[in-house]
Amino acid sequence: MSYSLKTVLALLFFGGLLNSLSSQNILTDQAELHGNFQLDAQYYNIDTLIGAPIVPEKILSNGFMNLWYTKGNFSAGIRYENYLNVMQGFDSRFKGSGIPFRFATYTNDKLEATVGNFYEQFGGGLILRAYEERGLGFDNVLDGARVKYEPIQGLVIKALVARQRAFFSLSPGILRGTDLELNVNDVFFSGKQFKTRVVMGASALSRYQDDQDPVYNLPENVAAFGGRLNVIRGKFNVAAEYGYKINDPSATNKLIYRPGQALNLSATYSTKGFGILVSAKRLDNFDFRSDRAATGNANNINFLPAATRQHTYNLPATIYPYATQPNGEMGYQVELSWKIKKGSLLGGKYGTEITINASGTNGLDKSPVENDTLGYESAFFKVGKEVYFRDYHIEIHKKFNKSWKSTLMLLYWVYNKDVVQGLKGFGTIYAPMAVLDVAYKINDKNTIRIEAQSLLTKQDEGSWAMGLIEYTYSPNWFVAIVDQYNFGNQIEDKRIHYLTLNAGFMRKGNRIMVGYGRQRAGIFCVGGVCRNVPASNGLTISILSSF
Amino acid sequence: MKYFAVLLFLLPSLSFGQAKEKGRDFPITQLKTLDGQTISTSDFNNDGKPIIVSFWATWCKPCVNELTNMAELYDEWKEKTGVKIIAISIDDARNMTKVAPFVNGKGWDYDVYLDPNSDLKRVLNINLIPHTFLLNADKQIVWQHNSYTEGDEFKLFELVKQLAEGKVIAE
Repeated sequence: MSYSLKTVLALLFFGGLLNSLSSQNILTDQAELHGNFQLDAQYYNIDTLIGAPIVPEKILSNGFMNLWYTKGNFSAGIRYENYLNVMQGFDSRFKGSGIPFRFATYTNDKLEATVGNFYEQFGGGLILRAYEERGLGFDNVLDGARVKYEPIQGLVIKALVARQRAFFSLSPGILRGTDLELNVNDVFFSGKQFKTRVVMGASALSRYQDDQDPVYNLPENVAAFGGRLNVIRGKFNVAAEYGYKINDPSATNKLIYRPGQALNLSATYSTKGFGILVSAKRLDNFDFRSDRAATGNANNINFLPAATRQHTYNLPATIYPYATQPNGEMGYQVELSWKIKKGSLLGGKYGTEITINASGTNGLDKSPVENDTLGYESAFFKVGKEVYFRDYHIEIHKKFNKSWKSTLMLLYWVYNKDVVQGLKGFGTIYAPMAVLDVAYKINDKNTIRIEAQSLLTKQDEGSWAMGLIEYTYSPNWFVAIVDQYNFGNQIEDKRIHYLTLNAGFMRKGNRIMVGYGRQRAGIFCVGGVCRNVPASNGLTISILSSF
Repeated sequence: MKYFAVLLFLLPSLSFGQAKEKGRDFPITQLKTLDGQTISTSDFNNDGKPIIVSFWATWCKPCVNELTNMAELYDEWKEKTGVKIIAISIDDARNMTKVAPFVNGKGWDYDVYLDPNSDLKRVLNINLIPHTFLLNADKQIVWQHNSYTEGDEFKLFELVKQLAEGKVIAE
């Protein structure tokens, strides 16, 4: 393990430093050690009918433990991870075990200094976001040094130099970056009360990676810049964020020398019982990685989430979820939500909540350019003709009385499978969907919940139905049975039931969950990142603990 | 070997930590308010009365269930115990702008803050949301619970009452 000796030495050094320094204020500050633990494991049955890959190991598992030490102004921590071997659906480059995360931080009123690993985000993450999404097997944590400094209230300056985690090693690119955030009211009009508040920010990030390409003359230093503005006045909130990246020929943009641009705009108005959001975005050649040769869900420097509603009901969330196309897309989203008042005809005793959402994403309008190393030309405000995704839906939530409540959701989707999944020959899928969720509370401790969902389509694998019955006994137990049924598959043998039984026990910071059954191949997404989960059949166990 | 070394360095620090252990001090981190301001968790204050801190996101169904169910009881809870509920959203850049309209649409009366890159969530070692903490008069964590099932709020309120009466949480 490349970390081992260095890690231990660093920890011993910082640990010693912590202990010696902290003993000075032993009376005022307690030392604390906290952490968490997670173990996921699955036993895989052979199931050729659903196309489950054969797992020679039979059992696969992913394990994590964080330990976090704090005393006064100091903190330090490590994370140990093991993949023995990595579970199906995660990147196979997670191999073996190690300590990919360890850090030490000193903080006081104005300053925070970190060495080792750290997570960071400049603004909305358009040019830099380091984060962990364990469920996706995504972790692009930075390894280096970072300083945050607040010289006066309302002005925060950050500077960092780091390399990025890539599985159990580091990505080749070296990142240097700085970010400045200015709260205009605090800095220039401190003590005065204005109705309008303005926050602005600017950031710059550069990646160094040497050019060893025998053919291309590749830029070794690639700079990206970001600017953002947020204006708030009463119930209105308007935000804009813009990013620019110099030419960065890479594996994902097919080695073109065109500079990249990104723009996110959003406006919201909200008052008690009513809210509206309007947003628009444009991405043009904005995939930014710490290794220009990288592909897949790794080495990402920036964060480009999808401008669509993040669904949680099974069928809309996992069959055709949209994934951002960082090299070119234009999209919008409108969401309206309101609550019909209690006591009115439609509101009933508890009020009725309604959400209407529409979002759409198309490709860019591209035309060929004379110098073809630049790739293409594209008018900034012109929307391309190719449809990538549409989601129109309405959601109604109503509580009828102390025992009964229900949610109804109707959706219509258009999903360009070829573009979103990078495939050929599947075309575009048109799918109306419906979700009904009914909960019946027997008493304060016992609740039964039922979900019925459908997705109707003639394309791809055809129509699906899904049903769930869940029983919970507060505060410790739950048991659920889920069936997904591919009743509309054109191939009769593939009209399969995917039946799963799950049970769990929770207490304080602990949770243990056991499941048995068939899992459909699907796409699992959090934020803008998705991973493909292959079909499987077997026993799963998941143990979580925070302490 | 290396893990053993890690433990070695941690042990001496622990020994004097545990001696007077009551509850964990709520960690100090910066959060954002819904109108773009920065706030420190050290500014959390409820005049010595209990505080509930609930981690949630707009896309998390059980989180929203928990907060909706507590919203109906909140006036009564405040009257009886003076408890304050702080709801911390871990929505990232994708959904962060939706939080204010969402909270308003629901008509929630909580102090709502944003933790867009999960900095506080990480320091608190939260695996999954919903995750709820109960803080005592000294803003120490005396109880926590992950996930939410219908009816959990009644258990939580029992603990809040014990705290408000000056009892030590025994669970």
